[in-house]
Amino acid sequence: MTDQAGDEPVRSERTGDVAVIHAGAYLNKLSGERVERECRRRLAEGCRALVLDFRQTGLVNSIGVSILLGVIDAAERASAAVVFSGVQHQAAQIFELLGLTRHVRIAKDSADAIEQITNATAVGVAPNKMN
Amino acid sequence: MPTAETTKLIHAFAALADLGEEIAATRDFGQMVRSTLHVVLGALGIRRGAVAECDAAAGELVFVAAWGLGEDAPASLSFDPLLLEESLRSSTDAAQFFERHLTLSFRAEFERLRVDLVVPLIVHGELVGAILLGGKATEEAFTAEEREVVSTMARHIGVGIYNHRLLREVERRARENRKLYEDLRALYRNTVRAFAIAIDCKDKYTQGHSERVGKYTEIIARELGWGEEEVEDIAIGGYLHDVGKLVVERDIINSPHRIDAKQSSELNRHPAAGFEILSPLHQIDDVIPTVARYHHERIDGRGYPEGLTGEQIPLCAKIVAAADSFDAMTTDRTYKRRKEFPEVVEDFRRTTGKQFAPEVVVALFSAILKELDGVTRERRFARLLGRDYLQPARCRPLIVELLDELTRVERAAAETA
Repeated sequence: MTDQAGDEPVRSERTGDVAVIHAGAYLNKLSGERVERECRRRLAEGCRALVLDFRQTGLVNSIGVSILLGVIDAAERASAAVVFSGVQHQAAQIFELLGLTRHVRIAKDSADAIEQITNATAVGVAPNKMN
Repeated sequence: MPTAETTKLIHAFAALADLGEEIAATRDFGQMVRSTLHVVLGALGIRRGAVAECDAAAGELVFVAAWGLGEDAPASLSFDPLLLEESLRSSTDAAQFFERHLTLSFRAEFERLRVDLVVPLIVHGELVGAILLGGKATEEAFTAEEREVVSTMARHIGVGIYNHRLLREVERRARENRKLYEDLRALYRNTVRAFAIAIDCKDKYTQGHSERVGKYTEIIARELGWGEEEVEDIAIGGYLHDVGKLVVERDIINSPHRIDAKQSSELNRHPAAGFEILSPLHQIDDVIPTVARYHHERIDGRGYPEGLTGEQIPLCAKIVAAADSFDAMTTDRTYKRRKEFPEVVEDFRRTTGKQFAPEVVVALFSAILKELDGVTRERRFARLLGRDYLQPARCRPLIVELLDELTRVERAAAETA
């Protein structure tokens, strides 16, 4: 399923209570705001976990980082887990240095992320306690 | 592969570049401040923060942007504006004032908001606002280098806010100036109208004549496609076309009998006198004295004061001449009733090309036709002539016929030329 959010499409799909949102090639103010809106929409729908897929994302600028912190904050308030998947090396280093990885799980790809969430739920870990 | 420190430094430098771009690119103030706050937060991985603008006169730090503070963010924080004024007068600079007074006064509020770092925004010694920053995502304390990065960014953001303030001030003054200009224009127009009334007071037979001529002139000029400013100037020319009558003896103007040659010569002095009165006024457009001087000239050269012909007569004077005669024909005087509209049309048919310029007469009657056909919503002729004067069923065919004839004549003249 492809959903429209804002002026340009942000690809996202939902599997049960998990929403996978695909970030574009460059996460800046414009694309970041669209991703943020989509995340908030999915949380409002009742999703218990957000998988942010960065497979195609080569660059994340400062505004992109700030917006991601806002998404993490919104997910925490909604008791939902956040998993970053497919993060490329440079972005991974930034997320690590700035402490984002303290608040999210990292997965190889979106399938791995969903598996992590499913396993955590199966052993009785609430998604928001995963991180 | 770059080290962690290098990567962090590159990210901070890139953030500085982003900051400059956001400050320069965004015209909307709120949007600019929100974006710059995001840059600061994202540069160092800070989870919450706000940018507040200082309103020194009101004694308030007004929150322009907040992120991650949820419902906790207040709209503003108040302080005593006199305290700032007194502090600055007693050589305490804005930074000291912020440190000594505001940081202390708002300590409890900053703790409630979980703010760890507060940086004042000071530009040219003026406190323009503050950045409030909460904890980092790493949950570590701010390092000295990070404080330096925030401080550098704060200077940029301060300048951005300062420049937006200047822009707002310039816009406010521009609005004030525009209003002042419009007020002056209105005063000018009203003064001209008052003057027109004063001119007409001298002539007991022509009450309201100058004002009506001004209005007909405006309609004709607009119909001819003149621009707004030109229309306004020529309309004023219409209002003041008879200003020269102020120097003509009242007895001559108001004579109930036919005036003799000497009196006629005296009366015919009024266009030149009008020009002499108006031409030294450098602030008014040249069209205004020109109209006063030539509005009694005729196309066939039998007019006065100079007996100009055809193209020698300025178009503005031709317009006012037609407006002047149209009003004279359509207004009751104490010594004669006004003409019925068919007679007016007939008069113009006979005199166009001799007394009046065809294109001006076409414009005048086209404007009347448009009003009768409902093309123009404003009922200006109806207001000036009285609602019953222009009966569409009777007047419309006459106007159409006149316009057809004048168009044919004009076309034939153009072909001959």
